[in-house]
Amino acid sequence: MKLTLAQLKKGQKGIIADVNIDEIPLKLLEMGCLPGNVVELVQIAPFGDPLYFIFNDSHVAIRLETAKEIEITLENTTN
Amino acid sequence: MTHKTIKVALIGNPNTGKTSVFNQLTGLRQQVGNYPGITVEKKIGSCKLSENVKATILDLPGTYSLNASSIDENVVIELLMNKNDEYFPDVAVVVTEVENLKRNLLLFTQIKDLEIPTILVINMSDRMAKKGIDLDIPFLEKELKTKIALVSSRKNIGIDSIKNLILNYESLSTEPCLNASVIDVDYFDKLRRAFPNQLLYKLWLVITQDVNFLNLDRNEVQSNFTKSKTELKRLQQKETIKRYQFINDTLKIGQKIDVSKATDIRAKLDRVLTHKFFGYVIFFGILMLIFQSIFNWSSVPMDFIDETFTSLASYAKSHLPAGEFTNLIAEGIIPGIGGIVIFVPQIAFLFLFISVLEESGYMSRVVFLMDKIMRRYGLSGKSVVPLISGTACAIPAIMSARNIENWKERLITILVTPFTTCSARLPVYAILISLIIPDEKILGFFNLQGLTLMVLYLLGFFMAIVSAIILNKVLQFKSKSYFVVEMPSYKIPMFKNVGINVLEKTKAFVFGAGKIILAISIILWFLGSHGPKETFGNAQQIVENEVYSSKLKINPSVIEDNVAAYKLENSYIGIIGRSIEPVIKPLGYDWKIGIAVVTSFAAREVFVGTLATIYSVGNSDDETTIKNKMAAEIKPDGTKIFNFATGVSLLLFYAFAMQCISTLAIVKKETNSWKWPIIQLIFMSGFAYLVALSAYQILK
Repeated sequence: MKLTLAQLKKGQKGIIADVNIDEIPLKLLEMGCLPGNVVELVQIAPFGDPLYFIFNDSHVAIRLETAKEIEITLENTTN
Repeated sequence: MTHKTIKVALIGNPNTGKTSVFNQLTGLRQQVGNYPGITVEKKIGSCKLSENVKATILDLPGTYSLNASSIDENVVIELLMNKNDEYFPDVAVVVTEVENLKRNLLLFTQIKDLEIPTILVINMSDRMAKKGIDLDIPFLEKELKTKIALVSSRKNIGIDSIKNLILNYESLSTEPCLNASVIDVDYFDKLRRAFPNQLLYKLWLVITQDVNFLNLDRNEVQSNFTKSKTELKRLQQKETIKRYQFINDTLKIGQKIDVSKATDIRAKLDRVLTHKFFGYVIFFGILMLIFQSIFNWSSVPMDFIDETFTSLASYAKSHLPAGEFTNLIAEGIIPGIGGIVIFVPQIAFLFLFISVLEESGYMSRVVFLMDKIMRRYGLSGKSVVPLISGTACAIPAIMSARNIENWKERLITILVTPFTTCSARLPVYAILISLIIPDEKILGFFNLQGLTLMVLYLLGFFMAIVSAIILNKVLQFKSKSYFVVEMPSYKIPMFKNVGINVLEKTKAFVFGAGKIILAISIILWFLGSHGPKETFGNAQQIVENEVYSSKLKINPSVIEDNVAAYKLENSYIGIIGRSIEPVIKPLGYDWKIGIAVVTSFAAREVFVGTLATIYSVGNSDDETTIKNKMAAEIKPDGTKIFNFATGVSLLLFYAFAMQCISTLAIVKKETNSWKWPIIQLIFMSGFAYLVALSAYQILK
């Protein structure tokens, strides 16, 4: 099963594998939400949405439905 | 000696301190206006570089890249693409921030591709030590083909080096730092051959953006070189990756980060401020503090302003030759302007708080906290900003809805924001409350008048939410739910930035409202002191005849008052007023209040000034204040006009009605159609009428 950003746990890191380009705003790509970059889930808002990530030094919050369109692989050593 | 002016454009990502750099360079030598035809704020300042050279600096809206996703960002591209624009820069200054250098450089590489001389400002250099960051400036300058100014706008360090670089802009390289066209060699080759005289990157922007480009027929470029949306976006992604590759390679050598030295206060603060319980407690605590301070702290300066204007009016009255024109000045214009100036302390406090919340980075956390809740009502977390700043003024609030990506959420936000209690409603509320609500305390400490005011504020928010829920059900169009919020690092707000912001906003409010009040006072005064010849012109005669035919003994001063009243009733304003009376009578208003309500459709705060003008035209007594005159107005049956039922009815009418031409104009601009402002006007005012009607009929 494919893993997406929506499945990360708080504090967990992953590597962006693929983004569904039709569902992702260009702005997010430009902030560094690109394949190969490390991503960390920092905080989950009350009621489980939106999610607050760090990638490419950007601190960014996006909604769950957008997070579901971004595939990731887990790092071997998660911390 | 020749005087030379260099045109400079200040460009940068949001949250890089671009505005602080602008403020440091220009100080108070700033002008704020709008770009023609759109409501994007245009800030221009000037700065002396040397004895005979000065710079005109244009502070462009913050943008993440040259791929525009809002009209604010579009402004940047249109300017940089159009060499004939009056503000086309001689030199571009790109402001970046030391902690986000990687991301900020994306925009820089795009600007370089336009072959404009470009200076790179790396701001917030005072944070480098704290974050363990070390930069190899000569290497970066070589790789990025630019000159770098390491700056701390907060500590006012390095501003002179920016000035020096601007002064010597002609020596800057205009060579791009990378070749982005390798992402699709064939495509870009064809493009180059078709338009040999054009810059390739400009062509690419024309193909991907919705921008105007003067020297080139857009249709020609697009028809021959268009691709499907997905294909274009894929290419844009490739372009972005390509640029980041270059930036990463450059920073790998040019930037050293010692993570062990880095301290991150952001993570700790975020844990508290976005906490699922404490986050909300803190947010509501801050809101309470804001409203408390607006009403408590501003009372001292407000009393002072009130007294000043009252004595100014009586001075004018006693020193100018007696007559209707003096009445206009002393009792129409001065109290009318005073009615606005008195709210300057409250408005300034409100703008101060909003400005501090935004500058500190806290507002993004509120957006994050509130998004899920607001979405239930068809709004976005980002709607919180317009709804809060709507308590100052709906106009900037509606403009701040621009960064809501989802069109439906943005539209609903724009439509419901005018329900929040803006500062223009305050003068109306204040005077009506003081007339109908006793100045007493309940439960020992709640001031009844203050409580009423708070209820009216809550009512505004409540109506905004209720109408959002309705609109969310009614509006049936789907739009993608894009939502991207940057969570910037926390900063202590800079006094200079906040101060300039508060000053500008307050000034705009006072002058904007002042102009309308002045114009309306004069028109009303004219209409009130002129009328048809047969009735108005013969007022003295008619009244005297009436009195003598009744054969009662009457004091001459009563006759004088009767003449004045008769004149007012038969003046043009009286005729207009009485013609609308049937519509407003069921709400408990007489024709004078009716005129005030009608003129309030220009702007709500005109209400007080209008009544002042009308009452002074028809009244020979000079000493009393507007409030006392309102309290003294009686109906033909001898009871007070401003009784409880009429007061409540008026309060509710002003709470809900859409009475602001400027807001309607801004809604038209922001939604690009007359449909929405018209719906807003009819829905809000119709609803206000019904509520005021029921309130009066129940309470009378």
